[in-house]
Amino acid sequence: MADKIFYFLTFLSLISAMLVIFSRNPVHSVLYLILTFFCLSGHYILLNAQFLAAVNIIVYAGAIMVLFLFVIMFLNLREDTEPRKGMAAKLAAVVSGGLLLLIMVAALRTADMSTLNNPASFDSQIGLVENLGRVLFTDFLLPFELASVLFLVAMVGAVMLGKREAGERNF
Amino acid sequence: MEEIPGVIRTIPLNYYIFLSTALFVIGIVGVMVRRNALIIFMSIELMLNAVNLLLTAFSSYRSDPAGQVFVFFIMAVAAAEVTVGLAIIVMIYRNTRSVDVGILNRLKW
Repeated sequence: MADKIFYFLTFLSLISAMLVIFSRNPVHSVLYLILTFFCLSGHYILLNAQFLAAVNIIVYAGAIMVLFLFVIMFLNLREDTEPRKGMAAKLAAVVSGGLLLLIMVAALRTADMSTLNNPASFDSQIGLVENLGRVLFTDFLLPFELASVLFLVAMVGAVMLGKREAGERNF
Repeated sequence: MEEIPGVIRTIPLNYYIFLSTALFVIGIVGVMVRRNALIIFMSIELMLNAVNLLLTAFSSYRSDPAGQVFVFFIMAVAAAEVTVGLAIIVMIYRNTRSVDVGILNRLKW
């Protein structure tokens, strides 16, 4: 049962990720990206990482994609305004990306990962809120506090960048 | 210790590596194919999520919580990055009336 859900979610996430980069309308791209994030949340639930699944939906699909949608509607972007790249550039991009995929798959195809999983000491509950919270507030307390400073810096930076300045060229 | 989740028993870890490699490559192709700065930014988010999936898969297969904590921090940093990046894109639009990255090629010199 779990493997069928895995294959379905993999298929759906790859298709929607392709639609993100190939759809002409930016709003459609955002909606397909939200679909991709929901598929990845499904993967997290399959891997028993419930906390990350919830955070992925709240932070990515909720906050970040709403920010993207807001900016797209704020800038009033339409599909006919975007200049296209030439066919040769597109072909070169797809070929180089495909070559990277080929190299990675060929290098990792025979890698043996079965020794990673030790059934004797396996704990399936590590992805739950209680366990992750304990780790976060004991081993990773300093990075957690520094993340709040990072958010403050990001907020000040966004306000600084978004502010209109006196000598600036505005059409 | 509870039961091992079904996906860990039936799906090899290599499949997760292939899936996140494919998502990462789609993100790279998106950055190279498109000229709309917003779509390029979304492709970068796609690459970040591919890495997040890989970290979570390794963390779950090894039952080591540190990987999932790293994913949490990556999400926090991505949120901060998106606010600043979108502010920069809005500034570019305000100065050039477009979000085409081809216009900004003079930044090279």
